[in-house]
Amino acid sequence: MEKFITFTSTAVPLPIENVDTDQIIPARFLKATTREGFGDNLFRDWRYDKADNAIEAFVLNNPTYTGEILIAGENFGSGSSREHAAWAITGYGFKVVISSFFADIFKGNSLNNGLLPVVVSKGFLAEIFASIEADHQTTLTVDLENQQVTNNATGACESFDINAYKKSCLVNGLDDIDYLLANQNKIEAYEAANA
Amino acid sequence: MKTLFEKIWEKHVVETLPDGTTQLYIDRHYCHEVTSPQAFGGLRARGLKVFRPAQTTCIADHNIPTVHQELPIADPVSKNQLDTLAQNATEFGVTHYGLGNPLNGIVHVVGPENGYTQPGMTIVCGDSHTSTHGAMGAIAFGIGTSEVEMTLATQCIMQRKAKTMRITVDGQLNAGVTAKDIALYIISQMSTGGATGYFVEYAGEAIRNTTMEERLTICNLSIEMGARGGMIAPDEVTFNYLKGRTFAPQGEAWDKAVAYWSTLYTDQGATFDKEIVFDAAQIEPMVTYGTNPGMGMGISESIPALDTINESSRASFEKALEYMNFEAGAPIVGKAIDYVFLGSCTNGRIEDFRQFTAFVAGHTKAPNVTAWLVPGSWKVEAQIRAEGLDKILEAAGFELRQPGCSACLAMNDDKVPAGKYCVSTSNRNFEGRQGPGARTILAGPLVAAASAITGKITDPRAWIKETTSK
Repeated sequence: MEKFITFTSTAVPLPIENVDTDQIIPARFLKATTREGFGDNLFRDWRYDKADNAIEAFVLNNPTYTGEILIAGENFGSGSSREHAAWAITGYGFKVVISSFFADIFKGNSLNNGLLPVVVSKGFLAEIFASIEADHQTTLTVDLENQQVTNNATGACESFDINAYKKSCLVNGLDDIDYLLANQNKIEAYEAANA
Repeated sequence: MKTLFEKIWEKHVVETLPDGTTQLYIDRHYCHEVTSPQAFGGLRARGLKVFRPAQTTCIADHNIPTVHQELPIADPVSKNQLDTLAQNATEFGVTHYGLGNPLNGIVHVVGPENGYTQPGMTIVCGDSHTSTHGAMGAIAFGIGTSEVEMTLATQCIMQRKAKTMRITVDGQLNAGVTAKDIALYIISQMSTGGATGYFVEYAGEAIRNTTMEERLTICNLSIEMGARGGMIAPDEVTFNYLKGRTFAPQGEAWDKAVAYWSTLYTDQGATFDKEIVFDAAQIEPMVTYGTNPGMGMGISESIPALDTINESSRASFEKALEYMNFEAGAPIVGKAIDYVFLGSCTNGRIEDFRQFTAFVAGHTKAPNVTAWLVPGSWKVEAQIRAEGLDKILEAAGFELRQPGCSACLAMNDDKVPAGKYCVSTSNRNFEGRQGPGARTILAGPLVAAASAITGKITDPRAWIKETTSK
């Protein structure tokens, strides 16, 4: 996994609540056997019509919105456990998703793919949406080390939570399997004790 | 004093890190073709074996056709994914129930019906409806593909302990109300994200009185309110269901297991992070009107008026109604439909087919309705035939398809066309879930049966009254 470093970027706003993983990546695109290529079909049915023409009104098709941060409405990533949703978002080029609330499995899948889900207050989220609407070039700074996100249009800053273990995985570019494999003797001891 | 969840969780902790992250031991792992290829690929890339192959079972279900399974699969991409599962299972020495195997079916139907799923276990699968298995008194939840790889490699995953919630449903259900209606009612009250971060235990008289299969339906839908999982304390209903099933303990081991399982309940006085109580008498047959399972209502009610919706949720509410082509404030009964789907890990078990069949017996399917009746497994299919339900269904104009996930997520050819309405006993009414542009109305088997006969959304209770007064 790539190491996560502090960065500043413009952002893409998606102010819709309860965006489920079927919208992020529809089931018919889940037939691949590798992790690559899902970014092309991110939000497929909101992004393209039946004839595969880009739907201009959708934010990913608006060239004035760019950046490595996706800003989403409350309860982002609900529904299916498909990790393909995280692969589609990272495959498209996002490194961070900011929302006021994430579904549990999606949050875990994101962290396992170096995609940082940042939970902010509803008020802070509304302000970000307003700043971007006023100026599409608004930038945000995501500082994982200090667990802070800054809206550079207003200067407002908010802290976000992440557990120490996951933070260290992201910062060091390590994943859970590295950790678990190093812990194999404890797994065997557990099995022996519970046989 | 501990909750059921805490008792099982604590027994499976290998190690807890200072920040609370837990290395959790997994007893049983189910794998299907869609979320596992990259995990097996990961093992291969790292040069790893499956650590405990006997604890993983691979089952093909998401992609498989529901007609002519004996023929080669026409879609080359689906075929590749199914072949990949078979090859991975062989290469890594894991059991695989592929097409044509009598134990094939939907993972969440096959696991319980063969006794793989047992009380007290920790169970994972790369599928959010793994919550189903909690009905037998297990901690069961959906995981992503990275976690599938961890489970294969180490039989453990890294988890944060969820908060606990108890949902008590007191009293007795009214006639015509099914387990699916209990779940859709709870979700409509909780909202689609209302239980996020929690592990839910269902309790109360109405839950205690359910059959094992009804419990599987209720726990299956836990994820639709965002819950990490759902569970019900095991009791005589659970033990009677499990006894004699292929992979359940036998003989002395059975007695020992039951003695342990009987200790799996929430102690009197144990506390939950959240307690919610509902009255079973308030529940009527349910339908959804929108594009997430939380957008549900009693079938006799009207769709909420716009001014009753929170301002921040209005855009999503209006988007949902526009997609469904429904009007705020309008009733839903009597709306013409095009498709009916009976099946899925939610409502694809023998009791669902018995309910549906008893309701349509002696009547005829509406000519404007295409009905897909898809058993959850080959065992369910065999039982349907053994009981002669197939003949009754046939006489009423219905035909049975072959088992699989089918139109629940439309990864195979069972797709509802754009703009068409489907009364579906499955678990999700998301945009495009049953095919691009498809409009899904979630309901239980009785609403599905009544609607299949009339060709419109129909309250099974009203329909019983009408036909008996004629």
